[in-house]
Amino acid sequence: MFQIRIHGRGGQGAVSAAEILSVAAFIEGKYAQAFPSFGSERNGAPVMSFCRVDDKPIRLREPVMQPDALIIQDPTLLHLPGLFEGLAPEGLVLINSTNPQIECPVGNRLAVPATELAMKYVRRPLPNAALLGAFAAQSGLLHLESLFSAIRAKFPGEVGEANAAAAQAAWDCAQELMGAYASAN
Amino acid sequence: MLQQIEGSRAVAESVALCRPEVICAYPITPQTHIVEGLGEMVKAGRLKGCEFINVESEFAALSVAIGSSAAGARSYTATASQGLLYMTEAVYNASGLGLPIVMTIGNRAIGAPINIWNDHSDSMSVRDSGWLQLHAETNQEAADLHIQAFRLAEELSLPVMVCMDGFILTHAYERVDVPTQEQVDAWLPPFQPRQMLDPSAPLSIGSMVGPETFMEVRYLAHQKQFQALARIPEISRDFARAFGRESGGLARGYRTEGAEILVVALGSVNGTIQEVIDEMQEAGVPIGSVSLCSYRPFPVDHLRTMLAHARHVVVVEKCLAPGQGGIMSMEIQTALTGLAPNVATIIAGLGGRTITRKALRAAFERAHNGILPPLTFLDLNEKAIAREPEITSGELLCR
Amino acid sequence: MPLTQIKFYQTGTFTVGNRLLGADAAAEQASPDRANSLNCGHRACQGCGEALGARYVIDAAMRASKGRLIVANATGCLEVFSTPYPESSWQIAWLHSLFGNAPAIATGIAAAMKVKKHDDIRILAQGGDGGTTDIGFACLSGMFERNDDVLYVCYDNEAYMNTGVQRSSSTPAAARTATTPVVGPQPGNVFGQGKNVPLIAMAHFIPYVATASVANLHDLEDKIERAILMRGARYVHVHVPCPLGWGTASGDTIRVARLAVESAMFPLFEAEHGEVTGHTAIRRQVPVEEYLRLQKRFAHLFKPKPDADRIARLQAIADRNIARFGLLN
Repeated sequence: MFQIRIHGRGGQGAVSAAEILSVAAFIEGKYAQAFPSFGSERNGAPVMSFCRVDDKPIRLREPVMQPDALIIQDPTLLHLPGLFEGLAPEGLVLINSTNPQIECPVGNRLAVPATELAMKYVRRPLPNAALLGAFAAQSGLLHLESLFSAIRAKFPGEVGEANAAAAQAAWDCAQELMGAYASAN
Repeated sequence: MLQQIEGSRAVAESVALCRPEVICAYPITPQTHIVEGLGEMVKAGRLKGCEFINVESEFAALSVAIGSSAAGARSYTATASQGLLYMTEAVYNASGLGLPIVMTIGNRAIGAPINIWNDHSDSMSVRDSGWLQLHAETNQEAADLHIQAFRLAEELSLPVMVCMDGFILTHAYERVDVPTQEQVDAWLPPFQPRQMLDPSAPLSIGSMVGPETFMEVRYLAHQKQFQALARIPEISRDFARAFGRESGGLARGYRTEGAEILVVALGSVNGTIQEVIDEMQEAGVPIGSVSLCSYRPFPVDHLRTMLAHARHVVVVEKCLAPGQGGIMSMEIQTALTGLAPNVATIIAGLGGRTITRKALRAAFERAHNGILPPLTFLDLNEKAIAREPEITSGELLCR
Repeated sequence: MPLTQIKFYQTGTFTVGNRLLGADAAAEQASPDRANSLNCGHRACQGCGEALGARYVIDAAMRASKGRLIVANATGCLEVFSTPYPESSWQIAWLHSLFGNAPAIATGIAAAMKVKKHDDIRILAQGGDGGTTDIGFACLSGMFERNDDVLYVCYDNEAYMNTGVQRSSSTPAAARTATTPVVGPQPGNVFGQGKNVPLIAMAHFIPYVATASVANLHDLEDKIERAILMRGARYVHVHVPCPLGWGTASGDTIRVARLAVESAMFPLFEAEHGEVTGHTAIRRQVPVEEYLRLQKRFAHLFKPKPDADRIARLQAIADRNIARFGLLN
């Protein structure tokens, strides 16, 4: 089972991100579970959402305590205590940041400018689709095509296409950065 | 068709397939997505032959359903927590009048203090209202139980509430197989009311019954629960035959063969419990679990059979009788009268408090080692409690 | 020779039916073919204004709808005295659920009829002032706001009579009830804001609102027969004396109802979509005092010494009604 924990702020689409991930996994014939850390938070407050992916039915209902990957939708959350709790030493961390070298205390970090890409393609500061594109590249967990289908199912018409384009661009960016890391290490 | 959808959506789709004729709704977290989904389906013309009414309170919601059901229309509503309490007068009225209304409860804690998260205090508060109460363990089961509920309700002329954990199930995306309209039409016949309001065959529904007959009316309601006890497994089996999967029934065992410890719980927490069961079994502990689906009628004989051979029965409950302990535990203890198992209660998850594998495992290990107290509150923040001025010298008055 | 107007009171007034009245001028209650929807044998008090009102209302509705009627009833005197299981006085399709939900169950019945495409079946909801102005108020307003296809009839006897004459928001100022007893410096009910449900109904701009009284049974039947065939939310508020609660003689029910109308304490009017469309002029105005004197619930305004001040305040209420509705025109 692969477990992902998404950290964001209310209004940034952290909940949708988990949903889309789960739908993409479903499209690939996997079992997936997605749910938010429910609250009455208004826009701007820190929120979490979770996604589990497995080849067999998922019975576990607790929040993701031992993530294999973290997606951090807002770099201002990095200082939050407990943000990285439970992450395995070699776990993946994907951060929405314009600074590819942004400091990250644990795990394998990848930073992509998801908000900027979202502004370019979607014209709204909703970084979730872009981050998912980068995540697909970073984790190899899902095919980009599945992600596109999931995005289009959630956002019909032009909005879906724009989000898919953002995801593609972020995927490209991630590949480039990972290539750069690989050659640097 | 297999879909990856939100639990609420799965329920809305299943309810729509049952061809409801009147849906009345008042929003309350965490049920909102269900009724929004149904409202949209009606307005967009996907769900035809259905009146969707936005009412001014939960009391009005169930009352509208009472009127429409008495007039022969298949009726549905949904609520939770405070809303269920607000309509409690109507809840008793619906079962007393024998109206086969189906209602979803998105289980949520009752205030004060106000809390929008999951526990079972709401449906527990009306456990003796005469309604049938079924609990879903997964979103698939939540969807399926609604289809079974309409058939059960209409056969017995009794309302049914389908309980699903608020947020944990209602707001979780997971894989659900949503049946086709043809499948449901073949399985769920049109509503044939036992009695209804009809100017061409007039009758008075809702008379005043005095002391000379009230006992008998209530005795018949009592008997009705036993009829339900017989029908629920039959309907579940019939559903499995038609739709190709297990869901519903009275209670389901998991690795109960030869188990010395049996854990009993309602709803979604059973998933987490089963993970712990597997871990512990791997470590050689003879432990299993029972997921109770029918809470009303309470399947006394069935549970006796399932639990009789255990040394320890551990009841994990998301509700509390203050000053007493567990609610379900008391019913289980009564059911096990004269049998060997000792029953311990774990109060967990109140107000949506996370129930972790880790905490459950620790508690079940204690049961295995014979040191689980009769009543435990899982993951209690001892420091927060010790701050309370009523507690002197750190000594707790209760266990 | 100058012409002299001669009034044949036997035909032109409140007479329900007699051989001088043509068939269409007679009330439904005079017809041998009436539905008798609220049949005899019920347990109402002698002289019960509500039983009288309900009998007229339902049979009129049955005539107009050609028997295609379903009735929803709130808890209260009417429901209790008409359905002592295993007997029922009702000869029609009838549902009683709770005290506060008569408007809502009627909404449900109307929805069922719509779904089943029974356009000819009309829905009538009824309740006392308790179930209408107080505990059922939210549901009533909801029904109005949605313009549900229901005619709601309130039988206003100005207190919770079924439970032993406790005060409701419809109880007039100064009246004695079990919860506004005749003790202390302000005996009886206080002079509060009042709650005029017909005006509140008008504020929802629903298709039809009317007040009626058992003092004028033709008028009551006419209004019901018009209203039952309209569509959308409709409200008729019927004044019904209660001999027990008001402390009137059981034979005085119609007399005291008439005094309420003629003193302007109970104005008769109709409204559509929020505008008054007509009223019944007072034929012979009487001072409020004459109305009050007949009722023991106001006895303390006269004995041991007359309370001129509060009687004057009650008269002022009547005067305000006259001004507002033009009742003397």
